Amino acid sequence: MTIYGTLFYEFMKIGLFTIGGGLAALPFLQKLVDRYGWITADQLLDMIAISESTPGPIGINAATYMGYEIAGVWGGIIATLGVVTPSVIIIVLLAQTLKNYGDHPLVQGGFSAIRPAVAGLIGSVAIQMGRHELLHSGSWADGNVFDVFNLSALGVFAVVFVLIHRLKWHPVVCLAGAALMGIVFRL
Amino acid sequence: MRELWRIFWAFARIGSVTFGGGYAMLPIVQRELVEKRGWTSQENLLNYFALGQSVPGVIAVNAATFIGHERRGVPGAIAATFGVVFPSVVVITIIAAFLQRFQEFAAVQHAFAGIRIAVVALIASVVLNLGRQTVKNAASAVLFIGALGAIGFFDVSPIWVIVIAAAVGVVQALRSSAQLAKRAPQKENSSE
Repeated sequence: MTIYGTLFYEFMKIGLFTIGGGLAALPFLQKLVDRYGWITADQLLDMIAISESTPGPIGINAATYMGYEIAGVWGGIIATLGVVTPSVIIIVLLAQTLKNYGDHPLVQGGFSAIRPAVAGLIGSVAIQMGRHELLHSGSWADGNVFDVFNLSALGVFAVVFVLIHRLKWHPVVCLAGAALMGIVFRL
Repeated sequence: MRELWRIFWAFARIGSVTFGGGYAMLPIVQRELVEKRGWTSQENLLNYFALGQSVPGVIAVNAATFIGHERRGVPGAIAATFGVVFPSVVVITIIAAFLQRFQEFAAVQHAFAGIRIAVVALIASVVLNLGRQTVKNAASAVLFIGALGAIGFFDVSPIWVIVIAAAVGVVQALRSSAQLAKRAPQKENSSE
């Protein structure tokens, strides 16, 4: 398969299994990073930051960004088409047949069970990314236990977490603040 | 054809001013399509957003596809979908191209090192909020922890986690409806 074919297929799968919107696509994007090495873990984090700070749904922004990094302008367009294809087909079929599909108890049961699982999936990505960004990899092997923690990174993490989670600052403001801290402290 | 262009541009305008997707788009769609253009009713709009969550994919795009379909059938659905994603594709492509140019500057690298840490904090906050909203009983707690462990420790595909969780939810719904059916005749007896 050409790179465009692979991109369309992989992002179509993401569109089909992304349920709940927002960051629900993240575990699948992480999987692509692991499997194909198309982009690095750092680039995935950059991409989420950019998706959060630009207009448009995050899932679409992420598909365009990743497609562009992999295969240029057409890569971005094809990945985005891939993401929206399954939902367009499903919605057109639903709109013509089952108008009250969302009210069906089995559908509601299925989705109410998917939601906590999606939260867990995103949680596993958060742990993986936290390990990557906040700990020095390889220090365990050197036997230097005190170097395991990246102290300046943990400091920035603690500040941003309190601002976002406790004080409910807007994510874009927090991202801009973190960029400044990165420049000032030479992270 | 002109109507399809109109649908495309209406949704392109909505897509260009929506940050974050999902329900963030609702008030803008309401103003642009219900109040200004009368393309759909307030009630239908809320239904489409609720349904958009019960269909795979991006919620904001799903809602657009539903409205486009109501307006002009399949071509309308496609025009609305293309419209709502169009601004993202343009803006993100331009940003990605610029970033590739500026990545060599030290200041840009330091800035993004800070931003990446903030993104981890952002995701951690989303997980805590989602966990609090969705984990309501023992079964949902097992699904949450199971999904967390399946990916983190056993390297299972997230697709399987979604499929298994959906199956668990459907079985639970079937069992509770069976229990309701069993209980119903007993109630009749007791009232006699």
